[in-house]
Amino acid sequence: MLAVVQFPGSNDDRDMRFAFKAVLGAEARLVFHKASELPPDTRGVVIPGGFSYGDYLRCGAMAQYSPIMAAVKRFADAGGPVLGVCNGFQVLCESGLLPGALVRNHGLHFICEFVHVRVERAAAPFTSRVAAGDVLRIPIKHGEGCYYAEPGLLDELEQGGQIVLRYCEVDGSVSAAANPNGSVANVAGVRSARGNVMGLMPHPEHAVEPAFGGSDGIAILGSFADAVRSAV
Amino acid sequence: MSAAGGLREPRVDLALAHEHGLTTEEWGNVLEILGRTPTFSELGIFSVMWAEHCSYKSSKRYLKRLPTEGPQVIEGPGENAGVVDIGDGLAAVFKIESHNHPSFIEPRQGAATGVGGILRDIFTMGARPIASLDSLRFGPIEDPKHRYLLQGVVDGVGGYGNPVGVATVGGETQFHECYRGNILVNAFNCGVVEQDKIFLAKATGIGNPVIYVGSKTGRDGIHGASLLASAEFDEGSEAKRPTVQVGDPFTEKCLIEACLELMRTDAIVGIQDMGAAGLTCSSFEMASSGGTGIDLDLDLVPQREVGMTPYELLLSESQERMLLVARSGEEARVLEIFERWDLDAVVVGRVVEGGHMKVAWHGQTVVDIPVDPVAANSPELERQVVEPADLRERQKLDLAAVMPESDLGGALEALLDSPNLGSKEWVWRQYDQLVQGGTLIGPGGDAALVRVTREDGTPTDKALALSVDCNPRWCWLDPYQGAVAAVAEAARNVACTGAKPLALTNCLNFGNPEKPEIMWEFAEATRGLGDAARALDTPVVSGNVSFYNETSGRAIYPTPTVAVVGLLEPWQRHAVSHFTSVGRDVVLLGESREELGGSDWLALRRGLEAGLPPSVDLAHERALHALLAAGVAAGVIETAHDVSSGGLALALAEAALTGPEWIGAEIELDDPQRPDALLFGETTGRVVAAGAAAERLLDLAREHGVPARRIGRTGGDRLRIRPAAGEAWIDAALERLHHVWTNALPRRIGAAREE
Repeated sequence: MLAVVQFPGSNDDRDMRFAFKAVLGAEARLVFHKASELPPDTRGVVIPGGFSYGDYLRCGAMAQYSPIMAAVKRFADAGGPVLGVCNGFQVLCESGLLPGALVRNHGLHFICEFVHVRVERAAAPFTSRVAAGDVLRIPIKHGEGCYYAEPGLLDELEQGGQIVLRYCEVDGSVSAAANPNGSVANVAGVRSARGNVMGLMPHPEHAVEPAFGGSDGIAILGSFADAVRSAV
Repeated sequence: MSAAGGLREPRVDLALAHEHGLTTEEWGNVLEILGRTPTFSELGIFSVMWAEHCSYKSSKRYLKRLPTEGPQVIEGPGENAGVVDIGDGLAAVFKIESHNHPSFIEPRQGAATGVGGILRDIFTMGARPIASLDSLRFGPIEDPKHRYLLQGVVDGVGGYGNPVGVATVGGETQFHECYRGNILVNAFNCGVVEQDKIFLAKATGIGNPVIYVGSKTGRDGIHGASLLASAEFDEGSEAKRPTVQVGDPFTEKCLIEACLELMRTDAIVGIQDMGAAGLTCSSFEMASSGGTGIDLDLDLVPQREVGMTPYELLLSESQERMLLVARSGEEARVLEIFERWDLDAVVVGRVVEGGHMKVAWHGQTVVDIPVDPVAANSPELERQVVEPADLRERQKLDLAAVMPESDLGGALEALLDSPNLGSKEWVWRQYDQLVQGGTLIGPGGDAALVRVTREDGTPTDKALALSVDCNPRWCWLDPYQGAVAAVAEAARNVACTGAKPLALTNCLNFGNPEKPEIMWEFAEATRGLGDAARALDTPVVSGNVSFYNETSGRAIYPTPTVAVVGLLEPWQRHAVSHFTSVGRDVVLLGESREELGGSDWLALRRGLEAGLPPSVDLAHERALHALLAAGVAAGVIETAHDVSSGGLALALAEAALTGPEWIGAEIELDDPQRPDALLFGETTGRVVAAGAAAERLLDLAREHGVPARRIGRTGGDRLRIRPAAGEAWIDAALERLHHVWTNALPRRIGAAREE
């Protein structure tokens, strides 16, 4: 079972559940942030997008203190797969489960648009359905999605293969023009050193049906669903 | 009744009543209803309840004439929002509302709370809000103040709509000199509800608890409705900034989830949001429609500040608050759900017999007003109506004396580059257009198209088509025709997706109703709205009136904004407003008459706002709706794009430019009228359609009695429009047109940053 964590202010939680349940046929449930334990049959955790606690402080900063996050940390420490999207990515960075930070977009405005991202690393549990170099078309929608890691950390991430997705042109080339928010090295998604936690700013759950923005998001959510199924 | 001890309140008399905006006659009514002099709090209540914004005293007699019924209508005007049957036990709930005055004073918070307010109107009825539209009008973009207002309003719409998790899927943004002193911010929202879960604003069941939920009450927004929205602006208006409320989308998001969770139980009997005039209006309305009374204890109201007076508590317009009536004995269940969402929920009173609203504060009665007489005696004015003296002058246009366009290609570029017709991507890319996963067509199309999903997450084959429209220049030239055209265009936009227009909501933005010329505009516009709504079978199910959009004696153009909602089923077959493939036949539905009056071309290229706006043939519009629905369902129409501002040439350029890839077209127009009128005239009732089987489409058009002709074919990277014989009128590279069109706003706003 996939646990989709619902914080006050989460707003892509239902969309995430829809993508897993209705589109991918995976079992997924909303789990309220006040629970101190994940349901016993949890095989994967998703932290969805939104504005947890209103994001009135640094984005994602408050959510780490919700009771459920201690359980999510234990789950991740035990090797369980955890995926964070947009605000979920911010929450995972704030919680220390992922390296780096997300700051205000360079253009200062909130941006909602479809972008292209290149898969840098194809591996379970997040990108087993694609190959390195594949280009996915997935939307972003955020005001604070500029990924930052200091130079030493960035080197570490590059060398450790922790950068999973980069903003790119439609042909896969990585350029400044293709970088919507000023992220360092065009980073759109990273994983933990151990590889079981991943965060990304683009919203794969908004690209799971051809008529609704295409279905490239399935590459990521489908990989995750596969991993969760095989873990059962 | 005893005066409240310990309260230092002003002496209540006629002079103070006048300061509160009450007339001498209204003051007389207050004395008669109460049989005594009101307390200060009571005066405040009468002043908001009878202010233009809440009482509709100038507009009521005209609104009564609008068609509001039909088999599709479940709830018409009078509730928080209109409700329309969309089949299979589901209903669409929608409304549009103005937040003009606050947005001019404080653009970010004004617009944000406009969005918050309209969302509450929707979820109060039990519906989950699924899609927002915004109709925005500013003064000239060259004016730095209006660039500031534009940026502030867009920031406010996104800053509220994005966190609250409701997609903003369309709208309109326009600029005109007439809005220099008064901008318009009209917010629309549509939600979806199961028909057996619709909630009304009723206080019934004697002894039932009245529960206050949501944010604490502060001193913000006191007299927002009465002083801000019910009077003209002048130089001192900036000082009214404290009457603007502050929005908290996070609390609203929690409130949505908590209310919808609560509504799945059977614990509540009625619910009302605290909008204009806050606690006062909401409790009065609930008691009035329930035929009951309410006892309130203000000491129990959650308060943000200490030392608030009863007057302040009753009139505060603090945001994100609701009042609900629960079944007796269900208090614990209600409080538990709100506690789960960390929201205040407190029993503040009871439903009582006797039809009085009684308010206690520190153990004393500070308000005791009979409910019915306040509603029954709500003033209704018959204001004077006089046609503007210069109307005939405005309508004069001798087309023969208007110099023909010598550079048709240049004119197209100029139109694409104009702030009104240029791309609005700069605006809508700041809005979350995708949340809730239902967006089939987002901003930039004729109408937005949003899939309907049940509350349990099950998707349906239904989609709602939404469009908001108004051409204020046409309304200024002829308010009757302008209003008819607004309904026709919004409905046509909806029909272009393949959907059937169901009903409409309107936001009537006008100047000072105390002026007979303004009331004439209002009377004419509502007459037009009524006639068009009747003819197109799109009853008016909700709406709002915003008067006093006037500063230092200068009124806005009459702007009756109309939003139409339509149903498409199954959504799997729908048309888009751009060309979808190369080699498709392009067909023009409808006829082009030589109509340049009130056009964008005339205003932009000749500096003239004159003439009669194009007429509207409502029977033709209905036939067009049926044709579009049939053509889309049969798969012969893939593209359907309404011809409106900028005329046929602009519509063709938009169809070429707005798809995922640009697709040009080769167009031949065989028509003897003057080329500038043919290309840029704004004759209504026309649609640029494209599909793979032109013959079948032409046959279908004949069956529906809609004039149609094949005018060209898609393909290439140029838009070429030529007459039957002779050189091309327009031959433009799409790359060039796109550059001009997409930069229309950014290049002007960029200039703002350099200053």
